[in-house]
Formats: sequence, C-alpha cells, structure tokens
Amino acid sequence: MGTLLAAQSHQAAGASGVFSLTWLLVALPMLGAAVLLLGGRRTDRFGHLLGAALPGAAFVVGVIEFIALLGRDGSDRALSQHLFSWVPAGGFQVDVGLLVDPLSMCFVLLITGVGTLIHVYSIGYMEHDPDRRRFFGYLNLFVAAMLLLVLADSYLTLYVGWEGVGLASYLLIGFWSYNPAYAAAAKKAFVANRVGDFGLSVAIMIMFAQLGTVSFQGVFAGAGHLSEGVATAMGLMLLLGACGKSAQFPLQSWLGDAMAGPTPVSALIHAATMVTAGVYLVVRSAPIFELAPNAQLVVVIVGAVTLIFGAIVGCAKDDIKKALAASTMSQIGYMMLAAGLGPVGYVFAIFHLLTHGFFKAGLFLGAGSVMHGMNDQVDMRRFGGLATVMKVTWITFGLGWLAIIGFPGLSGFWSKDKIIEAAFVGDGWRPWVFGLAALIGAGVTAFYMTRVFLLTFHGKRRWSEDVHPHESPLVMTVPLMILAVGSAFLGLLLGPTGALKTWLEPVTGVPGDESTALPLWSLTVLTVVLVVAGAGLAWSMYLREEVPVTAPRGSWLTRAARVDLYQDALNESLLMRPGQYLTRSLVYADNRGIDGAVNGLAALIGGTSGRFRRLQTGFVRSYALSMFGGAALVVGAMLLVRL
Amino acid sequence: MNPMNYVYLSSFLFAIGAAGVLLRRNAIVVFMCVELMLNACNLAFVTFARMQGNLDGQVIAFFVMVVAAAEVVVGLSIIVVIFRTRRSASVDGANLLKY
Repeated sequence: MGTLLAAQSHQAAGASGVFSLTWLLVALPMLGAAVLLLGGRRTDRFGHLLGAALPGAAFVVGVIEFIALLGRDGSDRALSQHLFSWVPAGGFQVDVGLLVDPLSMCFVLLITGVGTLIHVYSIGYMEHDPDRRRFFGYLNLFVAAMLLLVLADSYLTLYVGWEGVGLASYLLIGFWSYNPAYAAAAKKAFVANRVGDFGLSVAIMIMFAQLGTVSFQGVFAGAGHLSEGVATAMGLMLLLGACGKSAQFPLQSWLGDAMAGPTPVSALIHAATMVTAGVYLVVRSAPIFELAPNAQLVVVIVGAVTLIFGAIVGCAKDDIKKALAASTMSQIGYMMLAAGLGPVGYVFAIFHLLTHGFFKAGLFLGAGSVMHGMNDQVDMRRFGGLATVMKVTWITFGLGWLAIIGFPGLSGFWSKDKIIEAAFVGDGWRPWVFGLAALIGAGVTAFYMTRVFLLTFHGKRRWSEDVHPHESPLVMTVPLMILAVGSAFLGLLLGPTGALKTWLEPVTGVPGDESTALPLWSLTVLTVVLVVAGAGLAWSMYLREEVPVTAPRGSWLTRAARVDLYQDALNESLLMRPGQYLTRSLVYADNRGIDGAVNGLAALIGGTSGRFRRLQTGFVRSYALSMFGGAALVVGAMLLVRL
Repeated sequence: MNPMNYVYLSSFLFAIGAAGVLLRRNAIVVFMCVELMLNACNLAFVTFARMQGNLDGQVIAFFVMVVAAAEVVVGLSIIVVIFRTRRSASVDGANLLKY
C-alpha cells in the first residue's frame, strides 16, 4: 500500500517535448465532432472521412507519446500538462490538466486504436444511412469525451469526460430515434447512468469536504489521513459510479437495451469506451480502495455477481447482439472482480480490459457484418451455415470467439486465466467463493459464446426466404482482420512476457508474492477443462441436434434469463412504479393543494373586486357625496382628536 | 360687531353650496354652487385673518380667487362641450365613465 500511495501521489513532471501535444489527443476528435455537428449538411460529402481521420490522428499522437514514454525511466513516466485554471475560488482551486502515465496511456492507445478501426468500419456499415455525417460527429464526441475521462488529472475533470461519455452514448443509442423503442432504450441508458453519476458526484463532494481538493495527486496524498469509514463511503460511492458506467449489478439493465444503437456503437461502447470507464475509475482510485477493505470486498462481490449474472443471461438470448452484450457484462464483471482484489489484480483487470477491447470489438463488428449481409436480422435462430458465404467474417469472428472463451494461447486465455488465479489468492472463504465464481463463469462463457458461434456460422441454413447473405466490403473486413490479429496475439505479447506488469507497476504498485488456494497448474487445467466442457455442451446442443427456428419454451432458468433474470421487472416494480405513484401524487397535491390555494385566493380577491367595482356608478353627484362624506369624516376625526 | 357672525354666515353659505352640488342636476347650477362654496371659504379666511390680526388668510383668499377663475374657464368650457354633444347639461346624463 505504501508503495502504491507513493507511486500515485508522486509529483508528476511537467509535460514538455512530445508530451506538450497531449491536449491534441482530446482536441482532435473534439474538433471532428464540432466540425461535423456544427457544419451541417455542407460536411456531408467528406464528413465520414474526416470523422475517421481525426481519431486516427489522435492514435498517431498516442503512439508517439507511448514511444517517448518507453524511452523514459519507469519512475518518471507520469507527465502532467496544465491547460488552464478552471475554478479559481479562494481556497478551492481546480485546474484543468491532463495526466499521461502508464495507466492512461493504455487507455489512450485502446480508445484511439480500436476506436479508429470502428470508425473505419462505420464508413462501410453506415454507407446507406442518410445521417452518416451526424453519426460520425457523435462517434468523435464519444471518443473525445472518453479520452478526456482517462487523461484527466483531477476527479472533476474526469467527471466532465464521464458526463460527456454518458451524453454521447445517449445520442448514439438513440441514433435511430424515430423508432420509439430505440429512443426509450437511449433514455433507459441515460437514466441508469445518472444513478451511477450521482454516486461519483457524491464521492467528489466527500473528497472536497474531507480533503479540500479533487485532484488525483491531492486526494491520494491526503487519503492516508482519512478515517476508514470515510474512505469506505468514498469507495462505495465511486463503485456506484463505476457500476452505472460499466453496467455492473445492480445497474446493468441498460446494457442489453443499448443494442438499439447501430452495431459500431455497440462495439465502441463495449470495447473501447464507456463500459471500461468504471474499471478505469476503480483502478485509478486504487489508493482510496486500499484504505477501505470493505469497499474492496463490495467491488469483488459486485464483479462476481455480475460475471455470473451476465453469463447466465448470455446463454438464453437468441438476439446475437444481446448475447454479446450479456457477455460484455460478464467480462467486465471479471475486470471488476480483479480490480477489487487489490494490487494482485489491478494489472490483470487492465490486461483483460485491453484484450477484451480487441476481441469484443471484433465480435461486435463481426456481428454487424453478419447483420449487414442478412438484412439487419439479429435472430441467431434465423442464421446458420454462414461460414461458407462470409469467410472473412467467419474466421475473424472465430478468432474472437476462441479468444473470449480462453482457448490456450489466444489473448483471453492469458488475461482471464490470470484473473482466475488472482481470485484464488488469499485465505479463508474468499478465494473459494470468488475463485469458484470466476472458474464457473469461464465454463459458462465457453458455452454461450460457442452457442453464438455455432448458431451463426454452422449447422443448417435457417434463413428466411428473402435474404441473400454476402461478404461485407473491404472497408469493413479490414478492421475485422486487424482486430482478429489483436485478439489472437495481444495476450501473448503482453501477458507471458510480463510487459504489461512492468509497464503498469508505477501506477498499480507491486503485488506481494501471494500463494493461491490451489496450485497454479491445477487452476489452468481446471479452467481449460471447464472451457472444453462448456464448448462441448454447446456443440452437442446446437450443432449435433436440430435447432428450431422458433425458440422452445425452455426451462424456468432459460425463461428467466431471456428477460434478464427479471431485472427489468424488479426495477419496474421497485423503482419505476413507486416513482410514478410518487410523482403523480405530487402533481395532484401541486394542482389541488398549492395551485388550489393560490388560485382560490386570486378568485376571492377577483370576486371581491368585482363587487367593489359596482361603486363606480358614473354619477358625478354620488362621487361628490363620497368626497363630502370623506371630508366630513376627516374634519370629524380632527375635532375628535383635538378634544 | 362680533366677527363670529361672519363665520356663521360662511358656514351657512358653504352648507347651501354643498347641498346644491349634491342635490341639483343642472351642471350650471352645480357649478354655481361650487363657486358659492369657494366664496364661503374666502369669507371664512378673511374673517379669521381679521380675528388673528395678520394677513395670511387674506393672501390665501386671493389665491382661491385666482384658482376659482381658472377653474371657471375649464369647467364652463367642459359644460359647453357636453351641452353641445348631448343637448342637455344634466350631470346625471353624462355617466358613461363607470364600471
């Protein structure tokens, strides 16, 4: 812990040389968003090219800075760039600055790299959409907000990016908002995210109240003086924020509906931006969580629950995108679990996040390619046998599939296996509960991902008559190939070589040598056995046997999983309905009580005035009489007082 | 002679004027009654000035006369206009300005 605090509160050097370009990382995509959204129809012709080029340029800047960082010593790889003073209010100073360190660099490369590939893919995918330019504007805004989030050097600046991501996701999920269901999905995502944002804002308020600062450096330096209760409260509120953005239990309900957006958006949300923000927040706030073991335990529990939850839901979905969404939920659960384990898990959380970014983007874009060829159908029971007609998509999707189930040698194997090992570290009941959850999750993941793969690409052709599947154009398949290569080899590159571990050590600290509850080799063997068992079960159920075009009724668990384990129903009956009753009764009280009192008073005065108005008869003599009477009264009163 | 008699006379004239303003319908007569009230006041002012032994009341009486003269000009012209348009100078007839 001591090393961790020292590492993160270490004064970051000022940015000079290539690092003074850091602001460009955020500014480039932001410029794209501004030009495309403000330029209007004039930018229609080149909008998609500009939109794809600017994140690409940001990626180039990122790579240059990455190389420059590699050339520096491990201990001074944190560089901050001060941009401007935002809130100079007496004792409270908030400066907007960017912080480049190994952790944010990982995210910058992931966001800009995978993000650019998704942009390129979108050129082909959205070709026939009349609003393609607007789409690219939103995508750029999304990337810019996410980059601001990971590059921020204070929680308040991070919060700006955090909200920007929420806004951009809302705009993109509801991109086809002429469909009311899609607009509702966007709203659901936004509202669920607001609940999380509330947590983050409360955490920031606690920081300000307790420490008087919101910058990373200040908070981590002062965190040591906090009482454990305060640190726990702060950690839990940060976790609530992370749960909202990362779709963790109990705020995960928006993720499935978020599939309403165009498929590249799903890829962007699930791989490079948005859902990774929660994991980033927890890892970045490591010094706070280190001081609050209870909050850490809650993080692990949330991760474990979500990973099982998502895996179960994924098994029952027939909609290819929703199955992948459930899988994201589950994989992010793994990352959360790892992030909650402390220094032993941080590296693997980020590692899995990076590999997941590649294979999940590949899977989603592959699903988009399938939909592109199948008239936007998403029902996997209507797919089947696509391997022969869509060879590139088949191979790239296949690599993504092998990577996510943890096929030995591919990316997912290295990262997920490490998380399972980390979950088994420790003593007492924890390694058994969390380790077993992670282990079982791996088996179930293998089952549902194999199911997705086999239903889509193998078995009998169950297409409806009017579809003529075809391979997608090159502009879509090239990003798929690059992502597939990443899915295959990224793990090998970063995992067994220890490259990522050494790279992240200045930020996440050095984990102590901790032994697992079971020997390491047995864990690897167990994982592989479970993966093979899961895949084999899927093979026997969905390839050896005939797959009906209409879904069978299924067991009670299947039926429950199809409706997201009744999460929506629960939310509706526990939160939405009472909320509606509350607002309705408030409206009633407002209309009848408050408005009634005000309107009643006004009516009373109006009515009385109406009566008094009758005094104005228009007869001069009656006015004269009242003047005379008044004068007589005054005189009488004066006389009376005198006497 | 007891100066209070002038005060009594003044009150009497004022009462006649007030009664005329309140009771008569002819605008000219009402107008004359207003003048009567003004002059009753003048009489009272002058009497009090005499009783107090200074000139304040007499000065004010002059002011009242000037104001009354101006008022006559405005008032009579209004009455003439009303008479021309309505063919009557009844104060009860001109009652359009009401609720």
